[in-house]
Amino acid sequence: MNIYVLVKRTFDTEERIAIKGGKIAEDGAEFIINPYDEYAIEEAIAMRDVHGGEVTVVTIGGEDSEKQLRTALAMGADKAVLINTEDDLDESDEFTAAKIIAEYLKDKDADLILAGNVAIDGGSGQVGPRVAELLNINYVTTITKLEIEGTAVKIVRDVEGDSEMIETTLPLLVTAQQGLNEPRYPSLPGIMKAKKKPLEELELDDLDLEEDDVEAKTETIEIFLPAAKAAGRVLEGEIADQVSELASLLRNEAKVI
Amino acid sequence: MTKKVLVLGEVREGALRNVSFEVIAAAKKISGGGEVVAVLLGESVQSFTEEMIHYGADRVVTIEHANLKQYTSDGFSQGFMAVYEQESPEAIVFGHTALGKDLSPKIASKLASGLISDVTSIEGEGDEAVFIRPIYSGKAFEKVRNKNGLLFVTIRPNNIAPLEHDSSRSGEVSSIDVDVTNLRTIIADVVRKTTEGVDLSEAKVVVAGGRGVKSAEGFNPLKELADLLGGAVGASRGACDADYCDYSLQIGQTGKVITPDLYIGVGISGAIQHMAGMSNSKIIVAINKDPEAEIFKVADYGIVGDLFEVVPMMIEEFQKAKVGV
Repeated sequence: MNIYVLVKRTFDTEERIAIKGGKIAEDGAEFIINPYDEYAIEEAIAMRDVHGGEVTVVTIGGEDSEKQLRTALAMGADKAVLINTEDDLDESDEFTAAKIIAEYLKDKDADLILAGNVAIDGGSGQVGPRVAELLNINYVTTITKLEIEGTAVKIVRDVEGDSEMIETTLPLLVTAQQGLNEPRYPSLPGIMKAKKKPLEELELDDLDLEEDDVEAKTETIEIFLPAAKAAGRVLEGEIADQVSELASLLRNEAKVI
Repeated sequence: MTKKVLVLGEVREGALRNVSFEVIAAAKKISGGGEVVAVLLGESVQSFTEEMIHYGADRVVTIEHANLKQYTSDGFSQGFMAVYEQESPEAIVFGHTALGKDLSPKIASKLASGLISDVTSIEGEGDEAVFIRPIYSGKAFEKVRNKNGLLFVTIRPNNIAPLEHDSSRSGEVSSIDVDVTNLRTIIADVVRKTTEGVDLSEAKVVVAGGRGVKSAEGFNPLKELADLLGGAVGASRGACDADYCDYSLQIGQTGKVITPDLYIGVGISGAIQHMAGMSNSKIIVAINKDPEAEIFKVADYGIVGDLFEVVPMMIEEFQKAKVGV
């Protein structure tokens, strides 16, 4: 089975966000593989181990993203591809990313493409379905279970807490929801092996794309932090009195109940 | 320039979801005095058209087909595209719901347009409209504008207030015949976990439990409190990892980002990954026995105490209010 995984390098979930010069300050921050993409990588490896074939992880980014690709290789992916847009693109959006990835994938005959259902930084969740549409293949988002037999696919999909039992066929793109699996940690031998696995680097030119072809349709004009919330009141006295006071505050002061 | 805006209404379990009225309000702003056309897709949706007009839609276009009984991206994109081609709108608004999240990128890709997802507020009107959306799960916000071509946005439920319901509003209702075919996805069955109660991402009140709740049974009083307040139950990652509840209830940077009117955190310490998911709630109440817990720093009201003592008292207090004693 020819399997591709779309991954993104993101801020660690434990990081606080600061803004410098109108942009998110990156200095000193820890970066990780987007947590939802980790589920996608794990599932891809598990599928390959059952059905055979190869897992290729693909990302768009700069040189820094190599680290996350090596981690994916250390988990067990076979090959990695970095589409380096650092020199070509100042601005990009989901249209840009999907177009580039679809251009890369269009002649790869992928049976299965996996991605996270959302990246925890931009949080739009668009790129997976957009890529599927550009490749003219079916997609299922926020999956929590995947079973493949031949080209028949059975999926459990999370829909705001409900579970849909879905039947479809390959080729297919799926996006991973929490609960799909437990991503493995890279093992030491895995990390050693990963250093020798192929990591290909491409630029827009290699995909026959011009800057204009992938020009963003939307633009960010400002980034700002939420207004700092002033610490509120910790109530005092007997618990029973605190509870009545709270009920009255919620009713009369906050007016939320 | 005024815009014609298409909005998609959503029907769930025999009723229009609230977000259907919110997309109309958002579209009104974007239209700058233009026309708002609501789209309803399903097996049988005629009975909902009037309500869409009462909430401010100028017209409603419906497509009814047996293959639209359940949402599939293939079925709904065929239906929506038929309306798009008939109407040639300048803008589209969907809810940022499970359906909207799944369908909007497909439509945007078909139309080679941008898509501004998960918008929580709109500044300006008509051509001047800019869109505010959370990034890093609400740790920051960005202001985005459409550069050119079709404007397409999805709005987060419960953030943009619907217009007043006005039953004197009237508008034209029309339908299009479309043969919805070649669905590549079959939904064999749906298992409802949320048979009763309110959806977490749309709830006005959320009672969330953390590790401090100590067990799955420990969530029962939280559920009772949530029901009393007409709200939903949520959880921290710690509580989900410990199997006290299902991952679908997780609030945080991995999990759901919620903005209810009232959030009550019970036995939740306030890890940064959880706070990213709830800190934009309008009113935050924290109940924790540790006075140093981080959550008190963002709470409007806090009670330092044992949750197993406090929660039952709260239930009693709100029950009293309910029967009007």
